[in-house]
Amino acid sequence: MKKKFYHGEGRRILKKNDQSQMDSMERKVLIELLYQLADDDFILAYRGSEWLGLAPHIEEDVAFSSINQDMMGHAAMFYQLLEDLGEGHVDILAHGRSSKDRKNAVLLELVNGPGHYLEKPKFDWAFTVVRHYFYTQFKKIRMESLKNSSYQPLADVAVKVNMEIYYHLLHWKTWFMQLIDANDEARNRMETAVQQVFDEFADVLSYGPNGREIAEAGFIDKEEIITQMWKHQLLTVFESVNLSIPIKIKTKSGKGREGFHTDDLAVALSILSEVYHIDPAANW
Amino acid sequence: MNKNLVLHALHEVKDPEIDAISIVDLGMVEAIRGDDSKLVVELLPTFMGCPALDIIRKNVEEKLDRLKVFNHIEVRFINDPPWTSDRVSDLGREQLKSFGIAPPPKKINETGGWEVGCPYCDSLYTTMENLFGPTACRSILYCKSCKNPFEAMKPLSTMM
Repeated sequence: MKKKFYHGEGRRILKKNDQSQMDSMERKVLIELLYQLADDDFILAYRGSEWLGLAPHIEEDVAFSSINQDMMGHAAMFYQLLEDLGEGHVDILAHGRSSKDRKNAVLLELVNGPGHYLEKPKFDWAFTVVRHYFYTQFKKIRMESLKNSSYQPLADVAVKVNMEIYYHLLHWKTWFMQLIDANDEARNRMETAVQQVFDEFADVLSYGPNGREIAEAGFIDKEEIITQMWKHQLLTVFESVNLSIPIKIKTKSGKGREGFHTDDLAVALSILSEVYHIDPAANW
Repeated sequence: MNKNLVLHALHEVKDPEIDAISIVDLGMVEAIRGDDSKLVVELLPTFMGCPALDIIRKNVEEKLDRLKVFNHIEVRFINDPPWTSDRVSDLGREQLKSFGIAPPPKKINETGGWEVGCPYCDSLYTTMENLFGPTACRSILYCKSCKNPFEAMKPLSTMM
């Protein structure tokens, strides 16, 4: 019989309220985890915002913008936790770090499609729906786990984030189900997108080189547990639309948790931090 | 410390995007502590990406400063307990309605659905146009009885 996983399995219960209750290794890996959480939401919120005015219809424009705003808010909260741990001011963490210092998964930094949002955008809606849906499903499971984090300030933030992404998940799941069961062209484009996203998703699921220590400190459930739960959630949905789940989850374009990124990220960072770099000391 | 004085002042701080309702009736004020030398006000953020939060913090500081009672005022946002939509007071629910926004539904059924009454005619014959609205906390709906579009505050609960 297959082993069933559940949140909090084998988790140490000792709660930590601040860094004085951690040893140096625990503090180090907590910071690493927080960078992953913050950078993931930050870059995908940016990619989402590039759709403003280009989404398939006006109601989607409103909805997607609202989701992006929420996600940027989540990134800000995770950067705030890093600031509280002495990593520097949130604005610098968000705007002042180069591509090699970023810990987001590579999947989330990839462009929305060919072209530029200001000129000849030929963005791929199928890829966007699949990437956002699979990521949000993963994020939901990650937040459920973080609600029991041994680092109490992170657990508190996770409770808040978890409530808000309930709506995001509903939104992306609806798009996914509608498009996958639409006509042949939609089906083909969605299946291509599913393959594309699976080819990069291993990086999203990874906790990086110190993954074991992150879980052992009780900050979050083990990588395998989260992965298993994510697969299980998708499998149920895939079965309902008669779609076979790709066998391999891969990392084709880089290893974001280790700082190996694509040029897409460097370009995105130079655009989104352009105003910040004109005058980093400006008061907003 | 005169807590009522502080509370009275906080009642005058409105949501910058819905100026009919105060932050007290929105359920954002969690704690008022300290003494005349140092006052600490703890607020709960509604939605985390809400750009109104910084404005609210500033408005609270200004309002309390004008009382000229406290030497030092600290206003901070905390995440525990989380803000949920059932924290909106009964008066707050009426104020939202007067502004044309349906208050957040009090109960959600087993299938995750909820009913929203039209803030103009109270009819339940309404449809959801967009779960997401002009701000993070609102949805866009349409009343099929009085044929008015309207907004509703989203339910937010730890059960989600």
